[in-house]
Amino acid sequence: MRILMSHLRLVAARFTPSRAVIVALLLGPVVGAMLAFGTFAAEEANAVTIDNFTFTPPELTVAVGTTVKWLNHDDIPHNVVEKNKAFRSKVLDTDDSYSFTFASAGTFDYFCALHPHMQAKIIVK
Amino acid sequence: MAKKGLDDHGKGLGRREVLECMVWAGTGVLWTVTGGIPHSVGLIGEAAAAESTGFTFLQMSDSHIGFDKKANPDTIGTLREAVAQVKAMPMKPSFIIHTGDITHLSKPEEFDNADKVFNETGLKIHWVPGEHDIIDEERGKAYLERYGKGSKGAGWYSFDDHGVHFIGLVNVVDLKGGGLGTLGAEQLAWLEADLKGKSDSTPIVLFAHIPLQVVYKEWGWGTEDGTRALELLKRFGSVTVLNGHIHQLVQKVEGNMTFHTAMSTAFPQPAPGSAPSPGPMVVPADQLRSKLGLSTVTVMQGNKPLAFVDKTLAG
Repeated sequence: MRILMSHLRLVAARFTPSRAVIVALLLGPVVGAMLAFGTFAAEEANAVTIDNFTFTPPELTVAVGTTVKWLNHDDIPHNVVEKNKAFRSKVLDTDDSYSFTFASAGTFDYFCALHPHMQAKIIVK
Repeated sequence: MAKKGLDDHGKGLGRREVLECMVWAGTGVLWTVTGGIPHSVGLIGEAAAAESTGFTFLQMSDSHIGFDKKANPDTIGTLREAVAQVKAMPMKPSFIIHTGDITHLSKPEEFDNADKVFNETGLKIHWVPGEHDIIDEERGKAYLERYGKGSKGAGWYSFDDHGVHFIGLVNVVDLKGGGLGTLGAEQLAWLEADLKGKSDSTPIVLFAHIPLQVVYKEWGWGTEDGTRALELLKRFGSVTVLNGHIHQLVQKVEGNMTFHTAMSTAFPQPAPGSAPSPGPMVVPADQLRSKLGLSTVTVMQGNKPLAFVDKTLAG
């Protein structure tokens, strides 16, 4: 994404200012969409989704300092509770999310306190 | 079919059995249990003439007020329909037992809306919480403030009526990862003390949200230490266990114990293992009411087991 951005900037620089404005206007939404997609993709990498009473992925490895986001897609509320109380989300209704930043390394086993058969883990390295 | 019941002999429920169960619900056959074997005593009218004490009560469950998704966008509407059925009953039940999930998200307005509709029955309601009733920020405080008067711990209690000992248990609190519903040591100790001094011939009705026996472990449909409670009840001649949570009828008989799970008034859930998850089951709109309902329980004269009529909202 960064490479693409600088390339766009170089292309824009070759145009006269007025042309550059027009190009920027034309490309604005495209770049905006790309940036939005970039952000979304980055979040997805550290995201856990809940579908059909299942955490996906069941095991996620992240670096220390990473913020992990859980998103509930089910028609039923769930929550996210770490076995040793490292974190506990409020209840997540449909499309609600919860984020937690992992400040230290370790393995964090978590489950849904409403449906405790739902279990997964975050490994922080 | 009459003598079969929905007894899976511990093998897990097959699709066929559950379908049969739905047929019972649709036809309104009254089930009575004698000597541990359930049998049909006839259609509702006929059975009403049978030797009952005149003591009946209702089981309602899983109202999920606040749920508005595809499986039923109008849960308050279907609850109103169920309450209309209660009001139209020719013989007034003594009270209602609600086996939990009154609300969907434990919000004050959800409890308010549920109360408004339930109050129309004019009947006393004995509640136990479902996991959806204790997900307020303070984890159950809202429920206990409203319904917990005179109860112990997370809301368990007992009472006597017409010679029957009723016990409301809570198995939705402090659940452990990978586990099932939980009663916990404190509640089990209370139960043991509560039963002390009760004669073996006292009919017992025990109710809680999650099934006390394991219906389907993979979906968490059972109670981790449920067998500990059932051990304490073994000596009694007639034990009836009423549960909700699974939004479908399941009836099972083991010795002197009858297990009954009620339909929801909000939305159906799939038969065990028949779907990728136990989430709300979307059925065609014209079929929804045949999968929602309530149960009438009649206490028979003497020490005979209780009789059930499971009636859907489809009439």
